[in-house]
Amino acid sequence: MEISVEVNGVTHSSDVEPRTLLVHYVREAVGLTGTNIGCDTSSCGACTLHVNGEAVKSCTMLAVQADGQSVTTIEGLAPSDDEMHPMQTAFMECHALQCGYCTPGMVMASVSLLDENPSPTEAEVREGLEGNLCRCTGYHNIVKAVLSASGGGK
Amino acid sequence: MIPVAFDYVRATSADEAIAALAEHGDEAKLMAGGHSLLPMMKLRLAYPSVVVDIGRLDDLSYVNDAGDYLAIGALTKHRMIETSDLVKEHAPLLAHATGQVGDPQVRHRGTIGGSLVHADTAADHPSALLALGGSVMVKGPNGEREIAGTDLFAGFLESSLEPTEMVTEVRIPKHTGAGWSFQKFNRRAQDWAIVGASIQQVEGGARVALVNMHPTPTRSAAVEEAISGGGGAAAAEQAHVGMEPSSDLNASVEFRQHLARVLVGRGLNEAGI
Repeated sequence: MEISVEVNGVTHSSDVEPRTLLVHYVREAVGLTGTNIGCDTSSCGACTLHVNGEAVKSCTMLAVQADGQSVTTIEGLAPSDDEMHPMQTAFMECHALQCGYCTPGMVMASVSLLDENPSPTEAEVREGLEGNLCRCTGYHNIVKAVLSASGGGK
Repeated sequence: MIPVAFDYVRATSADEAIAALAEHGDEAKLMAGGHSLLPMMKLRLAYPSVVVDIGRLDDLSYVNDAGDYLAIGALTKHRMIETSDLVKEHAPLLAHATGQVGDPQVRHRGTIGGSLVHADTAADHPSALLALGGSVMVKGPNGEREIAGTDLFAGFLESSLEPTEMVTEVRIPKHTGAGWSFQKFNRRAQDWAIVGASIQQVEGGARVALVNMHPTPTRSAAVEEAISGGGGAAAAEQAHVGMEPSSDLNASVEFRQHLARVLVGRGLNEAGI
């Protein structure tokens, strides 16, 4: 099936099988491999990206469902090549990553969280990231980074 | 994990979706947000040869005040329900239970209609529908009909809809200002309930519906009768009666029975019953 998806501001047209998952489409057809596949069962959140500005798990969405929609991946978050998104800066400054595998999904989920709740409490951050697992168990600094990006938690 | 190959049809109206179901029969499945169906297709527990995508029927995404009940479009996403002022005011049990479904990413995609007809005894929505005395409107080739929540769950992962019918609206009677509680016991934040309970205070008693205590989402007649009989919070001792919970990796039958009594007890206290 012919689909057309805006990925990070650029429209891509591809012929995909209806059973193609969005995460496979983004990684293999569009060639953006920043979005990781973790559990592949909508539990871990490593594959989180934005569809029309909202965080979703791209292992649990078909590429054909994204036809005509706007997708943002971790590669499309920074405003330019030499400037990071404030959430990426916060993750760096708070040392909010260890092995880094969950990081793209964590960052995308965190940006969506602050879009919906710009000044969360620590408890709200922890609850808001319930869909993302860090197997290094580095949650404490991740929560600090999100609070820092929100201007709170200092 | 990749689903078995299928043909994809994108419906632009409920009538078109129903016509596609009528044409393809048992081979076709409706997909709304895809957060129940797609995981089952990836595990190859479901392998429809035709998927009818109804996820773009935006006219079925709404929360409206319909007088003595709230009318919620079947395609309304969980996120919209959990943040709806109307739902928070008139059916706070539903708003809260919806906020306990999965995680934020799941709630951005999953729909109330899809969740209800999936008829999972471990899911949060069915118990809230039962405790609130709600119903669903379904549409098929022969027109519309209303199915009460108590008649909706026919068996394990089986609703009472005909293969050619789809849910169009969920109706939730208003329970403005009445006591309620939603209890959910699980090991990780985003998991399904090992056992859960929805409790809604009504005139002269309460409706009590249990999660994951029976092959289908079920109201507890024993607890409800004990409350009507003046049993108060001690009615929770009846929470296992008449239920046939399963034993699995998470819990034995005995542990589930214990959890049901404890959670209903906490819920009755929280709801002021």
